[in-house]
Amino acid sequence: MQELINRAKELLADGTVARVLGWKAGDLPYNPEPAYFEKEEDFENFVYNGFCGANLSKYMIEASKLEGKTLVCLKPCDTYSFNQLIKEHRVDREKAYIIGVGCKGKLDIEKIKGMGIKGIESISGAEITDGADTLTIQTLYGEKTCSYADAMLERCHVCKGKEHKIYDELIGESKETKDAERFDSVAAIEAMSPEEKFAFFQKELSKCIRCNACRNVCPACSCRKCVFDSNKFDSSQKANVDSFEEKMFHIIRAFHVAGRCTDCGECSRVCPQGIPLHLFNRKFIKDINEFYGEYQAGEDTDSRGPLTDFTFDDVEPGIVAERG
Amino acid sequence: MSIETKEEFRPKIVAFCCNWCSYAGADLAGSSRLSYPADVKIIRVPCSCRVNPMFILRAFEKGADGVILCGCHPGDCHYSTGNYYARRRMTLLFSMLDYIGVENGRTRVEWVSAAEGVKFSTTMNEFVEKVRSLGKNVRLEDLRCRN
Amino acid sequence: MQRIGVFVCHCGSNIAATVDVKKVVEMAKMEPGVVHAEDYQYMCSEAGQSKIAEAIKNEKLTGLVVCSCSPRMHETTFRKAAERAGLNPYMVEVANIREHCSWIHKDMEEATKKAVILARAAIAKVNLNASLKPGESLVTKRALVIGGGIAGIQTALDIAEAGYEVDIVEKTPSIGGRMSQLDKTFPTLDCSACILTPKMVEASAHEKINIYTYSEVEKVSGFVGDFTVDIRKKARSVDMDKCTGCGVCQEKCPSKKNSNEFNRGLNTRSAIYTPFAQAIPNVPVIDRENCIKFKTGKCGVCAKVCQAGAIDYEQKDEILTEKYGAIVVATGFDTIKLDNYDEYAYNQSKDVITSLELERIMNAAGPTKGHLERMSDGKAPKNMVFIQCVGSRCADKRGKSYCSKICCMYTAKHAMLIRDKYPDVNVTVFYIDVRTPGKNFDEFYRRAVEEYGVNYIKGQVGKVAPQPNGQLLVQGVDLIDNKQILMEADMVVLATAIEPDPSVRKIATMLTASIDTNNFLTEAHPKLRPVESPTAGIFLSGVCQGPKDIPETVSQAGAAAVKAIGLLAKDKLMTNPCTAKSDELLCNGCSTCENVCPYGAITYEDKEVNDHGIRETRRIAVVNNALCQGCGACTVACPSGAMDLQGFSNRQIIAEVDAICR
Repeated sequence: MQELINRAKELLADGTVARVLGWKAGDLPYNPEPAYFEKEEDFENFVYNGFCGANLSKYMIEASKLEGKTLVCLKPCDTYSFNQLIKEHRVDREKAYIIGVGCKGKLDIEKIKGMGIKGIESISGAEITDGADTLTIQTLYGEKTCSYADAMLERCHVCKGKEHKIYDELIGESKETKDAERFDSVAAIEAMSPEEKFAFFQKELSKCIRCNACRNVCPACSCRKCVFDSNKFDSSQKANVDSFEEKMFHIIRAFHVAGRCTDCGECSRVCPQGIPLHLFNRKFIKDINEFYGEYQAGEDTDSRGPLTDFTFDDVEPGIVAERG
Repeated sequence: MSIETKEEFRPKIVAFCCNWCSYAGADLAGSSRLSYPADVKIIRVPCSCRVNPMFILRAFEKGADGVILCGCHPGDCHYSTGNYYARRRMTLLFSMLDYIGVENGRTRVEWVSAAEGVKFSTTMNEFVEKVRSLGKNVRLEDLRCRN
Repeated sequence: MQRIGVFVCHCGSNIAATVDVKKVVEMAKMEPGVVHAEDYQYMCSEAGQSKIAEAIKNEKLTGLVVCSCSPRMHETTFRKAAERAGLNPYMVEVANIREHCSWIHKDMEEATKKAVILARAAIAKVNLNASLKPGESLVTKRALVIGGGIAGIQTALDIAEAGYEVDIVEKTPSIGGRMSQLDKTFPTLDCSACILTPKMVEASAHEKINIYTYSEVEKVSGFVGDFTVDIRKKARSVDMDKCTGCGVCQEKCPSKKNSNEFNRGLNTRSAIYTPFAQAIPNVPVIDRENCIKFKTGKCGVCAKVCQAGAIDYEQKDEILTEKYGAIVVATGFDTIKLDNYDEYAYNQSKDVITSLELERIMNAAGPTKGHLERMSDGKAPKNMVFIQCVGSRCADKRGKSYCSKICCMYTAKHAMLIRDKYPDVNVTVFYIDVRTPGKNFDEFYRRAVEEYGVNYIKGQVGKVAPQPNGQLLVQGVDLIDNKQILMEADMVVLATAIEPDPSVRKIATMLTASIDTNNFLTEAHPKLRPVESPTAGIFLSGVCQGPKDIPETVSQAGAAAVKAIGLLAKDKLMTNPCTAKSDELLCNGCSTCENVCPYGAITYEDKEVNDHGIRETRRIAVVNNALCQGCGACTVACPSGAMDLQGFSNRQIIAEVDAICR
């Protein structure tokens, strides 16, 4: 982290960048938040550790409009989102100075709490440079420990890889954290009966409070104005009062980002209700891979997305019924 | 012996038809007097690629029991490529509906040319039959819209 | 709020017999926005249209719904009526309560209920309609005719005679088509070449006609009035300007054993060849697959003997890009493959032939110089059997469901000509029905039976079995005498079904012209617009639209020409105003819509916008209305809903959905 701070200060000082986009410490040991750093003294609060899950690429849409370059810290998986935004002309590559920061998997505080660890005062072992694979947690009720891997976000267990897809320079080592198959969770749902599927999603989605956190954090959901907020489809305005609307919202949201979603997992990370929203996006990714060939959004900045492409021999929609 | 008194279930079915092939195919079915159930109501769109998944979900929300999309055969699109995009979009949408537990028989895409009045009528008969067998669409409907 | 008038048509009894039109009127009156509703016998009649005009004036209508036949039938009629009465034509919507309702439902209550819902959907849509204004596009005053058979030649001549430039693209080395392969024509027994050749010459000599033979259409873009077409001129390997057509190269060519397509493979030709003596242009081509020079690099005899120095082995395919206002398809037909008809032993015996092969055998320029003889041993036949409907009117998937139309007549012709020239040959015809509707057709058939003694048997042939002695054993049935028939024949002629030339599929796709399950091109209306494709600016000539004989083909060719001329005579066309439109405040500038636009109609501009007080320069999608054809692909690709389609907007379609599901 110190190396990152030093380099950021250096680039600020020599005028290469006008500001730094990173994370600053929050009021709790596990909730750092995205922040701009423009002056030397701002860096007192700068933090980069296992809880810095936030994908900063979306902030570059607004940062691209500012004077001068912005130094942005991107983890390997964040770079996919950044590439996708370049492809969609939403960010200006020239306005970004990308430092690819190392990552050894990001932590999910809900998982730690889920282990019965409450009253957290401080956590050690979450530093990126830390070789340890155990977290030591000081709580009101004494010291607790848990394995780093057990506390990782779901998305890190199916990590796309430790390679940064775009950067100006790299700082820090990254670690491959994949220990599960990406599509297993989707396949498990696919194997259910229609009644079970319906019950599963009914249960999950009924928790939705339409706070729009998923939409706000999603780098692909970057419309100036969401269709659900405009009058273009007569679909806007109301709070969801029935069982259907959250389904409609989440299906359409997933559909709008289909072929564009990099599977960064931010939607699930930020959902205050703990809805596994990535299961929608990942379903589309799985289908796209199976029907139209392997495709990873954000892998590059110029390939044609699967929904703006076709072949004469594409599968027919009837395949859904045939597959059973 | 009990007497069946339950009224026969009549589904609400929305059919989106492209102007150039399928709508004309439906016209041909009409002028050839090839009947299909009155449950089917057709909405004319310029091309199958005009059909937004929002329209389909909206239909279900408002109480439709089945939605079918008909367009020109692949390769014959009046606009060259529209139905190819529609095909991908609908494949993914239908797969998603299936994934959240909506019976996949409630959605269908069929390619019907202007000359295929017979196919149009057979398709609609089959589809209505299928939706009828699935019964009322209770999973997606907005309950407020029930009478 | 709109002031909507609803007009419910009885269409005589076509609608009124099944739909309670009064009830539809009554229900329509209760819909939001409706201020006037009435029914009338025939809305499309002049009286009906004046009712519309009156109501527009008296009720100050801002929108119209006509509940009638398909909008494909009368939408234009009603839009024009509205326009004459001062209403924007795009404020009119048609509820199709005939083709989609009264004609397919029998129960009055049910049909009425549905008609009410269809009316409701149209009313809901009109409530959201907006006035639209069509743009204009220029017409390129030049036509393209695809196919150089009699249909294409006649169409080209008629268009050229009206003073417009025409290009003919023909895929074989010469124009002439199937008609050039025929010996005589029914019912007059004219020599086919004698009446066709002058037309070929006329076309090639016409100053307004430009012929590309040995060429194919490669790519088509654009739209009515302004098509851009890539034509591939295949390498002929002979310089068209230098060649004198002396024919020495063909004589001297050592590669002589190549199947002669023009004679349907009944004999062979040289590798450098003109398909037939009267070919236009009279310039040979080198069949590179069979040319020794191209296969081995050695030979070059043709180049040595050519005094004009016209042989060019280095010639390459050339792509020409031309602009056209109208395109006529005249791709013609071929006979079907007989692989599914093993029972007729076509692939086993050389003496089982198709009727088109018989044409070549009977022709003086054919493989037997016009002598009727067996292809197996050259012997003159004594007994000939003709089998009708081979692959036509076929109930199963092996053949074609349709009647090929020309076979009854050409079989009568063949039978008559054979009996005339070779009175000692017995001719038997097996038929399902003999169909002779046409001027002098039935008389012609009767002459074959009565004057020439052709033996017509109503019944089908089950099997043709080649015998060890070279004879063909024909097993058939006589349905009138109700008996099995077993007869020996020296030759069997199959009246093979015709089908659209296989090349038409690719062409239809390029033209986005609709095609039916049999690969015949679909007409815009089966009765009222039989020579137009539903795709504007594309016209149909000859058998590509459906089976036809020569006089029908020629009349249709003329009709297609007239339609093309009608288009070329215009300087400008009104363009469809139902185009896409981008809302600059909602546009993300992401280029997704641009990627799916088949017309390249969407571009991006950096534009200063004022978004509720925030002034900034944004990348915004802009639609070129002259290029946009209104498919709507972009509207669904756009995640923010910034891109919408005028006349079929998101809100309009959703209003229809809601009205139907209500």
